[in-house]
Amino acid sequence: MSEKKNKKVVRLKVLQPNRDGTPWYARSLRITKIRVISQAFFFALFMFLLWVTWFSRLGGYPASLFLELDPLVGFATALATHTIYRHLWFGLIILGVTLLFGRVFCNWMCPYGTLHQFVGWLFNIRGNKDNIDKNRYHSVYQLKYFILAIFLIMAAFGSLQIGLLDPICLLVRTVTVTVAPAMDLVAEDWGLTTISFAPGAPEQRIFSGAWFVGLMIIGLVGMNLVIPRFFCRFLCPLGAFLGFLSRFALWRIDRDVTKCTDCDLCLRRCEGASDPQAALRKSECFVCFNCIDDCPEDALSFRLAPLPIKDRIVGSIKKGTATLFGKKVISKVAETEIKGPDVARRRWVFAGIAGVMAYPFLRLSKAVNNRGFHEKAIRPPGSVAEEEFLERCIKCDQCINVCPTNVLQPSTLAEGGLEGLWTPVMDFSVGFCQLNCTLCTEVCPTGAIQKTSIARKLGRGEYEKDGPIRVGTAFFNRGRCLPWSMETPCVVCEEVCPVSPKAIGTYDEDIIRWDGTKVTLNKPYMRPELCIGCGICERECPVIDDAAVYVTAVGETRSEDRTLLLKSHKDT
Amino acid sequence: MSDQPKNQSGENRRSKSRTDSPVEAPSSVQAVPSASEYTGDDERQYTLANRRRFLKQAGVAAGLAAGAAWTSLAPPSWPLSIRDPDGERGKPKKDILRLPETGFAVDASATAPVLGVARGNDVDAMVRAAIDNIGGIGRFIRRGDVVVIKPNVAFERVAVLGATSNPEVLQALIRVVLSAGADEVRVADNPIESPEACFARSGIRKAALDAGARLFLPTSGSFETLHVPGATWIENWPFFWRPFRGANKVIGIAPVKDHNLCRASMTTKNWYGLLGGRRNQFHQDIHGIISDLALMLRPTFVLLDGSRVLFRSGPTGGSLADVRPGQTIVASTDTLAVDSFGWDDLLGRKGEELPAYFAKAEKRGLGTTDWRSVSIKETQVG
Repeated sequence: MSEKKNKKVVRLKVLQPNRDGTPWYARSLRITKIRVISQAFFFALFMFLLWVTWFSRLGGYPASLFLELDPLVGFATALATHTIYRHLWFGLIILGVTLLFGRVFCNWMCPYGTLHQFVGWLFNIRGNKDNIDKNRYHSVYQLKYFILAIFLIMAAFGSLQIGLLDPICLLVRTVTVTVAPAMDLVAEDWGLTTISFAPGAPEQRIFSGAWFVGLMIIGLVGMNLVIPRFFCRFLCPLGAFLGFLSRFALWRIDRDVTKCTDCDLCLRRCEGASDPQAALRKSECFVCFNCIDDCPEDALSFRLAPLPIKDRIVGSIKKGTATLFGKKVISKVAETEIKGPDVARRRWVFAGIAGVMAYPFLRLSKAVNNRGFHEKAIRPPGSVAEEEFLERCIKCDQCINVCPTNVLQPSTLAEGGLEGLWTPVMDFSVGFCQLNCTLCTEVCPTGAIQKTSIARKLGRGEYEKDGPIRVGTAFFNRGRCLPWSMETPCVVCEEVCPVSPKAIGTYDEDIIRWDGTKVTLNKPYMRPELCIGCGICERECPVIDDAAVYVTAVGETRSEDRTLLLKSHKDT
Repeated sequence: MSDQPKNQSGENRRSKSRTDSPVEAPSSVQAVPSASEYTGDDERQYTLANRRRFLKQAGVAAGLAAGAAWTSLAPPSWPLSIRDPDGERGKPKKDILRLPETGFAVDASATAPVLGVARGNDVDAMVRAAIDNIGGIGRFIRRGDVVVIKPNVAFERVAVLGATSNPEVLQALIRVVLSAGADEVRVADNPIESPEACFARSGIRKAALDAGARLFLPTSGSFETLHVPGATWIENWPFFWRPFRGANKVIGIAPVKDHNLCRASMTTKNWYGLLGGRRNQFHQDIHGIISDLALMLRPTFVLLDGSRVLFRSGPTGGSLADVRPGQTIVASTDTLAVDSFGWDDLLGRKGEELPAYFAKAEKRGLGTTDWRSVSIKETQVG
């Protein structure tokens, strides 16, 4: 009996506060553990939302939530378009959090940051001393501020390039173009179609340039083995944007110079390389709290608006007589804070000039202009005219992720030039634009593809007068067409043409072939007023390598400058 | 040079090198004394160790070489050999499958009519009546059967546009089949547009699942090569096999549609949706392929769903103006007879010459193209 009683007492003791007065759960539930849980949650949420971005799963989920939460996406598109499209105001949430606590996004929410940290942690073979050295601030980390400045200036000119390196855009794109199809390849093999990213896709999805996107993520993530958080410290424009804002943050890591012994152990796992052992670089700190965990003297804490204490130290640090409010100063380093990014004014000027120059360099390339544009730069239905498209598209490739027929492909340098790289274009040798589908318009976070109803797409009901949205026009290559040039019946193109009346007609002709047999040839022709450029004719044409009927971008309704047929301008 | 210090240094080196890191071991020339520098026991031991190591390494090397030589040089029939002298062995092997010799048809009945026609507006009653007219569901479906139903879901169209099978008719059919004691009903088609979207938009997905059937959508792993003896074009061709695994009855359910190339798409053309591969080539001989399809699949029975008729702009349609109500459902065990009935009665092309595939298939003994010559029973329902 007495033993049992004793046990009960012991159990209760577990729940009693620690000796230093902290609650019992603080023994195992460190703030860094909560951080890891938060990171896992947001990473899982991110992957889940990409996973539901598919025809049969999309119902009601905010599929593009992370892109909309990304304040750089909202800010840069606002610079380019002077508007905030749909849900892009969500970015204010992260903005607010950053103004209060600094770059918590980077180490608590960002799925790409989580990936980098996880890989860096898993494959870390360095000792403590090496780790401390690798986590010291280095002046080359200011590169990301130049990248941000260049991107923002280009955005102001109307060329939105943040998507090249914005971590959310980059990760959405990477999952879409490489991870998801790779996963499906395995899922299909093992018969796990319920977990695949594209269940019900008739064929394995393929993407142009997937090798490069894949190489990029392997390279960037692999760099963590050389320099921890390489991407986050060197390149991330979103991190730079938040770093710039975090100068105003009310809370920050504060170092008590009367306790700090300058042992540098706080650098052991410092994610941001933000110098917590000396003057904290607020703009670099990811607020991961590892330093607080690692400090053996309990000299570090996260505080509301702590003041820099340099001027309050009395006496000489060198001579060891320094005191702060009567307490002896132990640390040899007096400063505790560096507010803004460590970039000299002349360097800002240089970055600005580079941004100003970059705009004409890109825009004066042939591919993106109304003269000399690529005939296969065919944009999805609902897209705004090319110039505005380049102001809005962040190359996140969510549209490509949701496309059920795989027709949407990330543009290569050929179709879009560098400026249009990874923006969505339709490739009808891979798929076709399904008539009753407007999924890409639903998920686009920035309105490069405007939210479009099926009635609007097809020009029905109240849109009767506007007519259907054309994305291009189909043409026949009679030299390759079986009935036209090979005395062979075919007209798959006419059969699959989905508009009514059909945009493909036939001239029917009875002929005697070279071998004496009688055949009826239905020689197809286009009725251009009816063609919407959906490309199913090109996709289904049996001349598969270079189809005898093919769609090019001319005649698209989104542009006044790329039209083909004469049309009445009475209404305009 | 005295032996003593050398001996010691030799001992030191060996004992050290076992435990310490190479950095601390004496380096360069001194570190690797040649055998001649040892004497007596040491020398013997050194030689022994050397020999043992040599034998071990030589053994491993010889084993690897022998293994490599065996696998690459031994005749192909020997175990573990992967020799492929003419390149035949390395080519991918296809499993070639066959459907049952006599198809999925049940025994012919002397009394039951070949065509069962039901007219009216109540789809449920029409489906029942049409099947009853050819002998009732009990003639075709037994307890424990696994039944594949093949609707036409080729396009992503809503049902009223008439380009796809009427989901209400499908639902009625599934219920009838399940009520006859079938273990499982599978609904399968390989559409032209994206399968997921086609099944959803046409209403077939909902209808099939609501009625208790299993859906089979094509994926890249669903196709196997099917052997169709005597076929002109598809003697060996990728076939949507997965739903047919373990199935013993097949029912086709096809809308009545105009077709730009073969002029009419009904129950025979409906089997096109079971083909995979580069099937768009078949338009080069559309009548030949449809006659092959009749040969490929001999169903338990078919339903010609004339509840709507897509009388022009087929096979895709897209406008309500292309569709008219047909108020007819026909059940039959002869796809050619029922299609010729549809041509005359539903498409209203009586007097026009039948498309060439009818004659081709009839020549192969796959049915009769003159529906007037077969027994027919017609009922008017609700």
